Amino acid sequence: MNAKVLILLTLLWPVTLWAQGFAGLGSTADGFATPQRGTPFDFPTDHGAHPDYRIEWWYLTANLTGADGRDYGIQWTLFRSALAPETSQGWQDPQVWLGHVGLTTPDAHFTAERFARGGVGQAGVIADPFRAWIDEWAMQGSAGDGLNALTLSAQGDDFGYDLGLRADGPLVAQGQGGYSVKSAAGQASYYYSQPFYQIAGTLHLPGGPVEVTGQGWLDREWSSQPLAADQTGWDWISLHFDDGTKLMGFALRDDGAGYTSATWIAPDGKPTSYGDGALTLTPLETSEVAGRDVPTRWQVDLPDKGIAVTIDALNPQSWMGLSFPYWEGPVRIEGSHPGRGYLEMTGY
Amino acid sequence: MTRAALQALLSHWRRQPLQLATLLIGLALATALWSAVQAINAEARNSYDRAAVFFGGTDLQELQRRDGGPIPLATFTALRQAGWLVSPVVEGRIQRADQAIDVIGLEPFSAPPGTLPPEFAQLVQENPQAMLQDGGTGFVAPEMLADLAEVADLPLLRPAVSLPPGTLVADIGVAATLLDIPDQITRLVLAPEQPRRQPDLAEVAPDLVQQTRGAEGDIARLTDSFHLNLTAFGLLSFAVGLFIVHAAIGLSFEQRRGMFRTLRAVGLPLRRLLLLLLVELLVLACLAGAAGIALGYVIAGALLPDVAATLRGLYGASVSGDLSFRPLWALTGIGIAVLGTLVAAASGLWAVARMPLLASAQPRAWERTSARAIAVQAMAGVGLLIAGLLATVLFDGLIAGFALLGGLLMGAALCLPVVLRGLLSLAQGRARSIRAQWFWADTNQQLRGLSLALMALLLALATNIGVGTMVSSFRLTFLGWLDQRLASELYVTTRNEEEATRLRAFLDGRVDAVLPIWSVMADLNGAPGQVFGIVDHATYRDSWPMLEATPTVWDEVAGGAAVLINEQLARRAGYGLGDTLAVEPGWAFTVVGIYSDYGNPSGQAVIAIDQLIERHPDVPRLRYGLRIPPDQIDGLTAALVQDLGLEPGQITDQAAIKQVSVRVFEQTFSVTGALNVLTLSVAGFAIFTSLLTLASLRLPQLAPVWALGLTRATLARLELGRSLVLAAATFVVAVPTGLALAWALLAVVNVEAFGWRLPMHLFPGQWLRLFALALIAALLAAALPVRRLRRTAPAEFLKVFAHER
Repeated sequence: MNAKVLILLTLLWPVTLWAQGFAGLGSTADGFATPQRGTPFDFPTDHGAHPDYRIEWWYLTANLTGADGRDYGIQWTLFRSALAPETSQGWQDPQVWLGHVGLTTPDAHFTAERFARGGVGQAGVIADPFRAWIDEWAMQGSAGDGLNALTLSAQGDDFGYDLGLRADGPLVAQGQGGYSVKSAAGQASYYYSQPFYQIAGTLHLPGGPVEVTGQGWLDREWSSQPLAADQTGWDWISLHFDDGTKLMGFALRDDGAGYTSATWIAPDGKPTSYGDGALTLTPLETSEVAGRDVPTRWQVDLPDKGIAVTIDALNPQSWMGLSFPYWEGPVRIEGSHPGRGYLEMTGY
Repeated sequence: MTRAALQALLSHWRRQPLQLATLLIGLALATALWSAVQAINAEARNSYDRAAVFFGGTDLQELQRRDGGPIPLATFTALRQAGWLVSPVVEGRIQRADQAIDVIGLEPFSAPPGTLPPEFAQLVQENPQAMLQDGGTGFVAPEMLADLAEVADLPLLRPAVSLPPGTLVADIGVAATLLDIPDQITRLVLAPEQPRRQPDLAEVAPDLVQQTRGAEGDIARLTDSFHLNLTAFGLLSFAVGLFIVHAAIGLSFEQRRGMFRTLRAVGLPLRRLLLLLLVELLVLACLAGAAGIALGYVIAGALLPDVAATLRGLYGASVSGDLSFRPLWALTGIGIAVLGTLVAAASGLWAVARMPLLASAQPRAWERTSARAIAVQAMAGVGLLIAGLLATVLFDGLIAGFALLGGLLMGAALCLPVVLRGLLSLAQGRARSIRAQWFWADTNQQLRGLSLALMALLLALATNIGVGTMVSSFRLTFLGWLDQRLASELYVTTRNEEEATRLRAFLDGRVDAVLPIWSVMADLNGAPGQVFGIVDHATYRDSWPMLEATPTVWDEVAGGAAVLINEQLARRAGYGLGDTLAVEPGWAFTVVGIYSDYGNPSGQAVIAIDQLIERHPDVPRLRYGLRIPPDQIDGLTAALVQDLGLEPGQITDQAAIKQVSVRVFEQTFSVTGALNVLTLSVAGFAIFTSLLTLASLRLPQLAPVWALGLTRATLARLELGRSLVLAAATFVVAVPTGLALAWALLAVVNVEAFGWRLPMHLFPGQWLRLFALALIAALLAAALPVRRLRRTAPAEFLKVFAHER
């Protein structure tokens, strides 16, 4: 099991707490490509994997409402981590894959994870027709359609879901044209999102199937050395406001003042990017989760857009107690811009 | 007072250093043999445990191809994408510098928790690159590191204490490269928890079957018999060793009767005296026990490599050839030495406790022979014999076999005195001269004192005859069987189907016959076994080692409705000719022949090859036996390597296989041989101590004979003759006992342990040699006491009369 924890550490960017003792993540990017400012995205190729970068993920979260009137949230994540900047067919492929799925209800939280190595077809991502999969978990598009329409499925031993996704807005480049700075020292990643998914499908719960509809947000990010050595964890939000605007924001915690970044997205998909300090995330209330205190109610302020909201966990116990543990779950938004979204917190 | 008493008691040993040595050596020998066997068993069990733990116990389910062939990589991927959480494992054997290494490739990302060796898991955690890049990393048992240090073409090796010896574990990518099977999987391990929705296995991978991994349990069951065998030998040695201790302690107590009386008379309480004697015994036991453990460790270390080779050859079980020192084992050894001493000394202590304060200080010599006691003992012996026989009727299994052996040996031993007495009385009746009459009567008189030592000799001789007969019978049968079974001149194993196709084309016209050796796994009577398909060929008709068969056996097999089964399967399942054997559900055949299949622990069946192919079209077609005139063997071997590109290791000639088989056989029984020699030595030593004991006590009986005119030299010759006569008489009893033992081993124990019965052959030459050995042992044992007698000063004889009261 410990083996897997470390694989995960190589995979996850927000993990400076552990990264300090871990060769490669906080220091250099030996042999791996590093993101360059001003590089335009090349679609559909960039929907696929970038094996010459150390880490990469396909990260989908969705806020759903059931036919039973209850709120739900789901997460579907595929991580890629490279032991070396190359890929090959067969067992020798140094690409390692990790899948995480979560399903949150107001009173329960289900999780599952899968590990796989590349080269043998157990996991991977194809750009066109788009297909990202690990085992039977799959996110699948159709030829020539990019990420516009997807089917999504995953399951654990006591839950699962089968969803259809249709984007009614464009892809959104985060940061400066997709170049997302992650620290004052200049660490960065390539980062784009599709925050405009309309979703319909079925959740499989122990009590039986539930038909759901809702909104989804896909993040695509890859890099080789995304964190500064003193960063200890991070808080990330993706918010769907009822007026059709969206907000992505994160705060990287370190020994000092930390580092924040935000992208405000207009209903037509046009992004406005904010650098360090424009967005503030203030914890209001903590819950005891898995033996630790985790903030599950936050004040979110982006004065430039007049945003002053509180976000509140749908289920404060949305703990991803997997080989690498973190908090990830749906939130309700109240204040200047009501709506709903997703919150991820690591390093607690 | 206590101090003075202790000094007095211990002064005896200062005056009798030989006696002290006898006691210590006897006890040390007994402890050594017992401990050695225990150490070997413990080492083997430790290896099995490591293997069992390493493979995740027997709980894990796994998928294998129905016909036992390799699973394509694509099947693994299809299963995973269908939601079957399986982890691939590749297995195979490689040969590196005379070492056969079992290579196991595991996939660390999908392996169920706890199935990776901890060192492997740690490496994945700390340095995953090292696991598969730059040749990768392999894990082996620590004791293998040194052996493999100089071996080329291996990954970087690291120690893993949880691994059984002979096994190399690596990442599946590294292992697949070592084994040269890039796209093949041997088996798939199922994770204990599976997702909520899965298609049926038959939909995704119809070729695969799900089964519980049970090989470790089988190894334990199969090797049980071997270890029980060793334990029995250890116990026998220990019992024989205790005879020595008993004799030595008895003597020391007898000689100190006067001292005991004096000590008691001057006021030492009986309780204190007993306590002091007990302390003295315990100290001696601990000293001898420690020496015994050291000796046992040496013996075990010397025997273990052979035992390991045996277990590997016979059962495929990997056992470390290196002995590790276990403190618990040492403690147990001391414990058994103390226990043995107390048992051996019990009668002596009892006698001291009941000795009247003013009893005669005169040593009693040995008690007068009591005809009644001997008769009771003989009746007990007969009872044991009957009980042993009854056990085989009433119970099944190995335990019954060993009950028979135990009853036989102990019964025969207990009956020995009465038989010897009968023989001696017979001789006495025929004796003409007074001297001869005295000789026989005196010998008879000493029987009781010597009987324990003679019983030890009987046990050692009978075991030697029994085990020797079994081994030699086995050897004779085994060699004959090898000649029959290995009829092809060359055996070729191809690496894949493509190579096999090329081989068949290449051989066309170059050899007399190509005999496919193709098989699938099957559940034969509830245990895993193999089903072979054979072509109809004169090779089989001429030489197949059939035990029982119908007259038209080969035509029936060729006809497709009949099956041959091996003896193991026939015995375990109770199949006879004409019975129906279901090889798979809905796939049944009539048994038309039963053949011997020594050295194979599993069941086996042989059917016509057409039947096998029809049922299993994908059966791996990789192995072949080639018939070819002997003078062409070398030429063809060279051609196969040069023209066809086979590795020399893929081609084995008949002679090489025979050589390996015979070597495995010899190794199997070298342990038995060594233990035999040790047991006989211990028995010889027992006679020696008994004679020594008697010699010093018998002076009062010899003095009158000396006074009547027999010279000391004559007396010494007669003593020597007595020793020989008794040894010879014991040997006479040992021959039938040993043959009965051999019969029990061949017809009962072997059938239970291995599943085959062997014909018994007699080897009188061996007995003659053993007879000579017994006489030599008796001579050596008597030599020292007799020399002492010869040199006894006449004054000592006279003193007997002077001291007579």
